[in-house]
Amino acid sequence: MAEPQPVLQMTGIVKEFPGVRALSGVDFRLFPGEIHALLGENGAGKSTLIKVLTGVHSLDGGTITLDGESVRFASPLQAQQAGISTVYQEVNLCPNLSVAENIFIGREPTRAGRIQWKRMRREAAELVDRLGLDIDVTAPLSSYPLAVQQLVAIVRSVGTGDSVSGGSGTKVLILDEPTSSLDRGEVLELFSLMRRLKEQGVAILFVSHFLDQIYEVCDRMTVLRNGTLVGEHMVRDLDQVGLVQLMIGKALDQLEELHDHQLHSDVGETLLKAEALGRAGGIAPFDLEVKKGEVIGLAGLLGSGRTELARLLFGADQPDSGTVSIGGKQVSMNAPNDAIGAGVAFCSENRKTEGLVPDLTVRENIILALQAARGWTRPIPASQRDELVAKYIKALDIRPANPEARVGQLSGGNQQKVLLARWLITQPKLLILDEPTRGIDIGAKAEIQKLVVSLSEDGMSVLYIAAELEEVLRLSHTIGVLRDRRLVAQLTNGPEITTSRILETIASGEHQ
Amino acid sequence: MTTTSRWRALTHHHLFWPVAVLVVLLLVNVPFTPDFFSIKMTDGHLYGSLVSIVLFGSPLILVAVGMTLVIATGGIDLSVGAVVAITGALACSYISDQADQSALAGVLLAMGLGLLAAVVCGLWNGFLVARMGIQPIIATLIIMVAGRGVAQLITDGQIITINSEPYKLIGGGYWLTLPFSIFVVAVVVAVTVVLTRRTALGLLVESVGGNAEASRLVGIRSRRIKIMVYVFCALCAGIAGLMISSNTSAADGNNAGLWIELDAILAVVIGGTSLLGGRFSIGGTVVGALVIQTLTTTIYTIGVPTQTNLVFKAVVVIIVCLLQSPKFRAKVFSARLGAKSGAQGGGSPSAPAPAGTTAAATEAAPKMEVS
Repeated sequence: MAEPQPVLQMTGIVKEFPGVRALSGVDFRLFPGEIHALLGENGAGKSTLIKVLTGVHSLDGGTITLDGESVRFASPLQAQQAGISTVYQEVNLCPNLSVAENIFIGREPTRAGRIQWKRMRREAAELVDRLGLDIDVTAPLSSYPLAVQQLVAIVRSVGTGDSVSGGSGTKVLILDEPTSSLDRGEVLELFSLMRRLKEQGVAILFVSHFLDQIYEVCDRMTVLRNGTLVGEHMVRDLDQVGLVQLMIGKALDQLEELHDHQLHSDVGETLLKAEALGRAGGIAPFDLEVKKGEVIGLAGLLGSGRTELARLLFGADQPDSGTVSIGGKQVSMNAPNDAIGAGVAFCSENRKTEGLVPDLTVRENIILALQAARGWTRPIPASQRDELVAKYIKALDIRPANPEARVGQLSGGNQQKVLLARWLITQPKLLILDEPTRGIDIGAKAEIQKLVVSLSEDGMSVLYIAAELEEVLRLSHTIGVLRDRRLVAQLTNGPEITTSRILETIASGEHQ
Repeated sequence: MTTTSRWRALTHHHLFWPVAVLVVLLLVNVPFTPDFFSIKMTDGHLYGSLVSIVLFGSPLILVAVGMTLVIATGGIDLSVGAVVAITGALACSYISDQADQSALAGVLLAMGLGLLAAVVCGLWNGFLVARMGIQPIIATLIIMVAGRGVAQLITDGQIITINSEPYKLIGGGYWLTLPFSIFVVAVVVAVTVVLTRRTALGLLVESVGGNAEASRLVGIRSRRIKIMVYVFCALCAGIAGLMISSNTSAADGNNAGLWIELDAILAVVIGGTSLLGGRFSIGGTVVGALVIQTLTTTIYTIGVPTQTNLVFKAVVVIIVCLLQSPKFRAKVFSARLGAKSGAQGGGSPSAPAPAGTTAAATEAAPKMEVS
């Protein structure tokens, strides 16, 4: 393929936030009529790059050229006027307005201050038609499923690009995780729209956490890591193992040396057994067995279904298939209460929104789970309560060691410990920890990992989710590998299991 | 040093500002009514402005205490005024049908009937909010509007007057030299405090209001809790309804408890409980209700013209809400300090104030809406 001129070229892009260099000298280019994947783990700089490009953030260094002309956008509106449109993960439309109104909102065709409704409907219908979609533009947006609303959002941004740039049309379309809440059929519909736009010469920047989707629809990809460019490749030239290595950032042989097994305690009989447990749009049906005292680590990329799996085991989301039995008894997992009653505890990765009650004190947050289990009529006696709280503040070294402090004022690591304490005093049989070490300092990290090991030695089972493979490998008896919302393999930890082996499994999606 | 820190601890107490406002309002009355604070004994009953404030404020305190728990769960109950009307209508119409209106059994049955109706209203509100997931403001609007109609149906659109000695006691009688309703309020407040602070109910309510999703994930049965607080709130409104109809010996489906929901919400907010839910203070609410009642009394004693009553009340409420906002205080007081250190400039304190006022006014906006 003879390479034409890129429609968009970003060179040496630098963006700094107070204390963080989010992007250091990133190069990125986009050709007309291609679908280009932007890849990277959390914090790699994907969204920062998009925001710098679309004028949400200002630029601290580097140049952007669009169609050979140097540009610098002060606002998303300017970027749109120049032909760069963005569709975000969440649909930002008005469900109660018609499709046509949504497509033209903010730029309605008017004459003498009055909206020309007929013209608006006609032009909307033409635009929808041109993109090969079958949508009634007079129907309210809410009458369509989420996937179609997503398509309408794309139609809207293409239409906006057309009208405001005076005929030159949308040159660049940015799709930021548009598929994360769509099912397979809906994804295919989105892809066919993307392909039609591509045929019309639009350059599409596509962000997705689903590797299969990248390989299905994209032509080229750019990988970022820690704010730097790792590489730009044609999709057909780089296999999935290579891609995962680039994203995580270690060559396979390099990882072998880091590997260092700790001695693990013995595990007991089966505690929890999940059979064909699954939820559409969350995670495909999976089987999982957790033994007493066993630590099961879940490994997989962001969005691979780690959290979704954990939430099903806790009843935080309702499964639509499968069964769970705990200690031999079947448990209906319809609400967290069911799981808690059976001895399961869950520390969410979102401490602030799903974990703590920031206005309450450390003490109140710590006793909350135990108190909820006892019901409101049986308060924990004050002396017993204070003793328990003091014991766990000391054991977990929560600072400040003041049970009266408001939990919202504590640091991330200490908040995490409060959450842990809350569940530990309920003496659960299975403790589910979703990224317990995210965003906390190294000291607290090590303490939490040590705690997991000692809990397991005492016979508590732990389901441990972490982004860092080393962490999973160090702690787990068994490693569950997830990919594209599927539990693809369960590896028994041992000398032959290495981070590279896990990486291969993530990349290939097969149990070897 | 110690005085400063003690002063700090005092001003940071959550009841400081509500109490301060109450004291200032009370003092305002003194120049107009020199014997404002004096309490006289006549015919074995205590009389005085302070006693009247508590007496006339009793229904509001009851309703506001119930409202506090609802607001703490992040909800709101607009139906309390209608529940007041229904309860009074039901109790009075039952008594008026009796041959002997003063028979104790009949009066007790009438009260029971009225309170039962209140509980049913509370269950309905709780059901709509907790089970059907309807927004509290909409769910309780149903009884707010329809409930007055129900009350009118019960009274056939008439004002029912009764003549019952035992019933008169609740809202108009005296016991141990004090108005009987003061004892009713004291018991309800004490029961509420025990119920919320001696059991775990208060903690669970604060948790549900503070972070609903976290509460679900921690296993709190928040539906049950929400239904309980709506029932409790309606029950408090029911007792207030008995009290109001007893005080006038009449049931007026149209006007009994009219707009009391708004005063109750205001009392809760003045008492320092956030409309967003979470932390609540029963003591604060009681003070808040007394502030509102004192304000009403003050308007009469200082002789504000009738037609400007509501405007005057609104202005005071806005000032109270601004004083409660820590951001507003920080801005105004720091601006004043800045002006002081800037020495002589006569008009300087007023200069930075407007900016601070507008910013804080937007800050306090959600609080003011309810007034």
